[in-house]
Amino acid sequence: MSKISIVFDRLRTEEKMLQKAAAELGHTATMLDAKITQINTDTKKNDLDLGDVVLERCVSYFRGLHFTSALEFLDIPVLNKFDVASICGNKMFMTLLLKKNNIPTPKTYFSFSSESAAENLENVGYPLVIKPVIGSWGRGVMPIKDKDAMEAIFEIRDITDSPHDRIYYLQQVVKRPPRDIRIITIGDEAVAGMYRKSSGGFKTNIALGADPEICEITKEMEELAIKASKAMGGGILGIDMMEDEERGIVVHEVNNTVEFKGLAKVAKRNIPKEMIEFALDYVRK
Amino acid sequence: MNCPECDAKLNIPEDASVGEIISCPDCGADFEISKKEGSNIELKQAETVGEDWGE
Repeated sequence: MSKISIVFDRLRTEEKMLQKAAAELGHTATMLDAKITQINTDTKKNDLDLGDVVLERCVSYFRGLHFTSALEFLDIPVLNKFDVASICGNKMFMTLLLKKNNIPTPKTYFSFSSESAAENLENVGYPLVIKPVIGSWGRGVMPIKDKDAMEAIFEIRDITDSPHDRIYYLQQVVKRPPRDIRIITIGDEAVAGMYRKSSGGFKTNIALGADPEICEITKEMEELAIKASKAMGGGILGIDMMEDEERGIVVHEVNNTVEFKGLAKVAKRNIPKEMIEFALDYVRK
Repeated sequence: MNCPECDAKLNIPEDASVGEIISCPDCGADFEISKKEGSNIELKQAETVGEDWGE
């Protein structure tokens, strides 16, 4: 029997599913609330008693990332690894790495001030989609269709001026059916896929009400998902793709703390069980 | 158990765990279960959604 720790900051269905799957496999899964866990530079691995491997499942990117850094400092195996979490949590880092690994991804423009982003947009032409480099669930993702919209959005960013507001990530609008594809990869396997159909607007996030529908993973999707996973450094990931009418499948996002409760209900394979098995295999290798 | 904000009755499932979020059906306030020992449950104000929340 092995012991797994699941680090959380907001206990969701997914974490409970992972704990249940571990129990069904005859292992123990302990929940650890990152918000009340204390670590210092003299902490030793055995002080925390986190078992064989840790699944980092915080909903807050920065909390999870920093917690992971502490675990790796203590030589505690954690999934996903710090480098993977760090890259996937930042859309700019992730996009650059996709491109560097020759994975088709939407053309994206980067600027580092509102003036430069405005110039970039005027040169490229409207529309482009602006996305916050940090964040998820489609929040802050907006199509910029004309100069008025651009000026309004950029002015708000200049006023709020959080560190990430100074990074302008502008992406081409991909001509595609009103849906995208989410593939869950565990290690070198694409284990389940779903279409996420828009509920009216151009966003297809489940968190915003998009309808999930099972997707039979084609060879092309599988190859791209595995390639994207490897490019990020592997582990347990959610690969998002779009069906570009001109280029075929493009990968637009890789998610580090993948949510899967909807997909798990309809998937042929047991997603939480496979995640637990993978985590234990990861430390045995 | 009643809502600390509006005193409405909270529906806390028996199998709820520490760390889970309970929403008040009347005022919509969110609370996190901070302690659970048998039927003795303690709640704290849940964190609001942060800029860095998500997948």
